[in-house]
Amino acid sequence: MSKMRHEEAGLTDQQVLDMYYYMLLARKIDERQWLLNRAGKVPFVISCQGQEAAQIGAAFAMQKDTDYLCPYYRDLGVVLVFGQTAKDAMLSAFAKKDDPNSGGRQMPGHFGGKKWNILTGSSPVTTQVPHAVGIALAAKMQKKELAVYTSFGEGSSNQGDFHEGANFAGVHKLPVIFFCENNKYAISVPLKKQLACESVADRAIGYGFKGVSIDGNDPIETYLAVKEARERGLRGEGPTLIEAVMYRLVPHSSDDDDRVYRSREEVEEAKKKDPILTFAAYLKEAGVMDEATEKEISDRVSKEVDEATEYAENAPYPDAESYKLHVYGE
Amino acid sequence: MAVISFIDAVTMAMREEMRRDPNVFVLGEDVGVRGGVFRATSGLIEEFGEERVIDTPLAESAIAGVAIGAAAYGMRPIAEMQFADFIMPAVNQIVSEAAKMRYRSNNDWNCPITIRAPFGGGVHGALYHSQSVEAMFNSTPGLKIVAPSTPYDAKGLLKAAIRDNDPVLFFEHKRCYRLIKGEVPDTDYVLPIGKADVKREGTDITVISYGLTLHFALQAAEKLAQEGISAHILDLRTLYPLDKEAIIEAASKTGKVLIVHEDNKEGGIGGEVAAIIAEHCLFDLDAPIKRLCGPDVPAMPYSPPLEKAFMLNPDKVYEAMRELAYF
Repeated sequence: MSKMRHEEAGLTDQQVLDMYYYMLLARKIDERQWLLNRAGKVPFVISCQGQEAAQIGAAFAMQKDTDYLCPYYRDLGVVLVFGQTAKDAMLSAFAKKDDPNSGGRQMPGHFGGKKWNILTGSSPVTTQVPHAVGIALAAKMQKKELAVYTSFGEGSSNQGDFHEGANFAGVHKLPVIFFCENNKYAISVPLKKQLACESVADRAIGYGFKGVSIDGNDPIETYLAVKEARERGLRGEGPTLIEAVMYRLVPHSSDDDDRVYRSREEVEEAKKKDPILTFAAYLKEAGVMDEATEKEISDRVSKEVDEATEYAENAPYPDAESYKLHVYGE
Repeated sequence: MAVISFIDAVTMAMREEMRRDPNVFVLGEDVGVRGGVFRATSGLIEEFGEERVIDTPLAESAIAGVAIGAAAYGMRPIAEMQFADFIMPAVNQIVSEAAKMRYRSNNDWNCPITIRAPFGGGVHGALYHSQSVEAMFNSTPGLKIVAPSTPYDAKGLLKAAIRDNDPVLFFEHKRCYRLIKGEVPDTDYVLPIGKADVKREGTDITVISYGLTLHFALQAAEKLAQEGISAHILDLRTLYPLDKEAIIEAASKTGKVLIVHEDNKEGGIGGEVAAIIAEHCLFDLDAPIKRLCGPDVPAMPYSPPLEKAFMLNPDKVYEAMRELAYF
């Protein structure tokens, strides 16, 4: 019998099961946050739904503890693999004191945490791209072997900071992975109104490095592309631009209504390729996951999300007077 | 002690800091083999190599943004903006990123970056090589803004900026570069960011200034002294956060205050200085606060008579000081 796709990619059965677990965990945290938002308990949600496969595939290819992440606001799946938990995500959603990203100062999705090598992020899109290049430059100067992952949407690939960062990294042949999560919409504006080129990956040629376009609904394909990009970077062959093609299954945020700019038919069609479903089907077909295992994972995820929600809801807010702190160092 | 120019003091500060700490490096346009268009980084690439003196692509947001990433990682970058006028593409990186990293991460991350930028006019630089842009940044908590006026202060404050654990915008008046000379020790010293400095003690009027115009006030004070008018002159040195205590003390001392800067009058640093005085020591004043500043036109024109009309000079400052003294 020929090897399964994940085996060919060098992934064990346990690793792909872990991938599935993280995908499901990201999805269920996200879904719960929408419920909490609609119940009036959390003010804002920004989603990863539909992007979990790419996020988990990419994060599995990065080296936890040594590599750095400069993620964008949808990358819940990525930061979970790097060590954040359901509890952390919920503390952030409820804006509680122990939110590890910001102590409740930032909206959800603004990830950060030095202990996980996740650089703090902001809301103006794409500013993280030059930061990733700067980390890679600094590591090179300090002779540290590491790669840097930075992600952004296809809309953000139009920003000056994308161009300036990619060009700089190309000139200095830095080990940066520019990971574009092309979910087809920049809030309401579709791809065809964002770019005139076929693929975001086409842009790489202008910076003198490799660009690849992959199926972002496939965690194994994503894992392989990022793994190769990482190795290329560490060999001193420079950055890689990866366009992971996917679909944003829900509105831009809890404040958005996507019915005004895309048809329900289009969304329903995309849901057929929902990576949670397709990857579960693959794992079953490959004989890696039976129904009992699927249920075990699903139960474990549900329990984690329930516990995290309860914990975060009851956790203390930051002390009101603490808004004055940390403008400058002591 | 050696007498050196303002720009040589800047170079000396960078060289000493690069020797002291291997994490300090320079990046910017033409900072390498060219040694900077003003020669501020002259000799650095020869001593420290192109890995630590990086000629970047011509892209200011990347200069700031890459430096921010490197700083967050643990380096001590000195990013050069070739002219303060060209800092605009980097404003998002400076204001949204560098200035807010510590606050937004609840003290988890910080950004020890120094951004140097030559500002000011009087060098036939026209609209886009003469601007004072400091007022655009001076309501940005998280950021520090330094603008020294003497070689001694430039060295001590630049070294302090490089060692500071928060982002510092370091403005150098380009007319001061070779015009202003002073004694600078070749020993290691730092000056405190956030502290103004009395450059001349006096009793009749107070002048508060920074950068090139501070020297105009010092010259005017000499002339006024011969007429029996004693001027007290405060050099702000740090523009954000302002040294409120020193401003209040200097204003209260004479009761007559003239604020002088080359940047536009409306919305300039002088307005904030005046507000501090009005809030804290209005009843110590014997005359309305007076401001002498660049005119409220978009920027400095090129043609010599136009540039001259725009620029302040010792005579204009002398007139304003004299008028205040006789109020």
